[in-house]
Order: sequence, then structure tokens, then C-alpha cells
Amino acid sequence: MSQNYHIVCLSGTREKLQMAAMFASVAAATGDQVTVFFSMNALPFFIKDSNKVPPVEGQFGELMESEIGVPPFKQLFKSAAELGDAKLLPCSMALDLLKIDGDALDPELGPPTGLTRFLNDAEGGQLLTF
Amino acid sequence: MSDFKTIDARDTFCPGPLMELISYMKTAQVGDTLELLSTDNGTASDVPEWIDKVGHEMISSEKIDDVWHLKVRKLK
Repeated sequence: MSQNYHIVCLSGTREKLQMAAMFASVAAATGDQVTVFFSMNALPFFIKDSNKVPPVEGQFGELMESEIGVPPFKQLFKSAAELGDAKLLPCSMALDLLKIDGDALDPELGPPTGLTRFLNDAEGGQLLTF
Repeated sequence: MSDFKTIDARDTFCPGPLMELISYMKTAQVGDTLELLSTDNGTASDVPEWIDKVGHEMISSEKIDDVWHLKVRKLK
């Protein structure tokens, strides 16, 4: 039976972005409904042509940076959208603070979304925060 | 006529090999056999779980010289 996962992605560290992306990609590709809401320090990594590299929190971030075979988190989020129809939604408040609109973000990201809409959609599903 | 394809995902970490398999599975025809090569031990347990959940067939799983050979058949 498929699940309904709502992932809130806030942290801008490598470990948390990576884990959220792993979760989203595997769940979406397995047939679960996945919505990822990007806000706070997680959002700037999805600005078009951004070369921003997330800082690591500790040992595992360093290990992931040293291994070339670790799939990049942006590629995993893209796979979640392409292979599993995951919805990747930017937080409208965060866009306002950054003074950019949705067009400035990677094409995989959907329309700017407010908290009320996100919470309504998340009702009854599982909420995971990274 | 069914096809056989080998997907070389050696030296990539979870969930890279699984995502490679899923990507190829999307474009394969029903009845095709895919063999995934992986050096990631977690993949050896994740792939049968995924196959079971989505309803394809796990043909075989064996480790040869530190490389997992996971053969699956697309059923739908």
C-alpha cells in the first residue's frame, strides 16, 4: 500500500540535504506519494546555476564529500520528480525573503507554496523534517 | 522478444544503484531481464524489497568477487 510522505527540508547542511534526497527518491520511485517543501537554508541550493556547496556537519558529510560514488542530492531530488512524480515545492515566504520568484529556481521545482496549502495537503500523511 | 541488459552501478553508494535500476526499469519492456552490478551491500537487500513492493520478479542475487549481481525481470 502506498504512503503519503511530506518532507520538510530546512537545513542547508550536506548530511540533511542528502538524507532528505535519499528518502524522497526511494519513496517516490517505489510508488509512494512524495511532496518536499523547501525553506530556510535548504532553498538557496535550488536557485538556477547555483554553485553553492553545503557545509558539512561532521564525519559523514566529510566521508560523502570524499567518495565520488555518492549520488549528488540535487540529482536524487530530480530523480524523485522524474521517476516518481514527487512534488518539489519552494516556500513562498523564503522566496520573498530572498527577493526572487519561482522562475529563478531549478525547473524541477514546482510553484511557490505557502504553509497553509502545504499543511492542508499534508493532512493525514506522514511528515518528516530535515 | 525479451531483452537482457546489464547495468553497471559499481562504486556508487545507496541509493544510486537502486535509482539506476528503477530508471532502466521504466524504459524496459515487460519480460525484459535486467542485471544490476553493485558493490554497495545495502543495495543487495534494498533491490529485493523494491521488487517485491512494486511487483516485478527477483530472479537471482549473488555476490561474485565483491560485486553483487542482481537479476530481475520486469513483469508489468
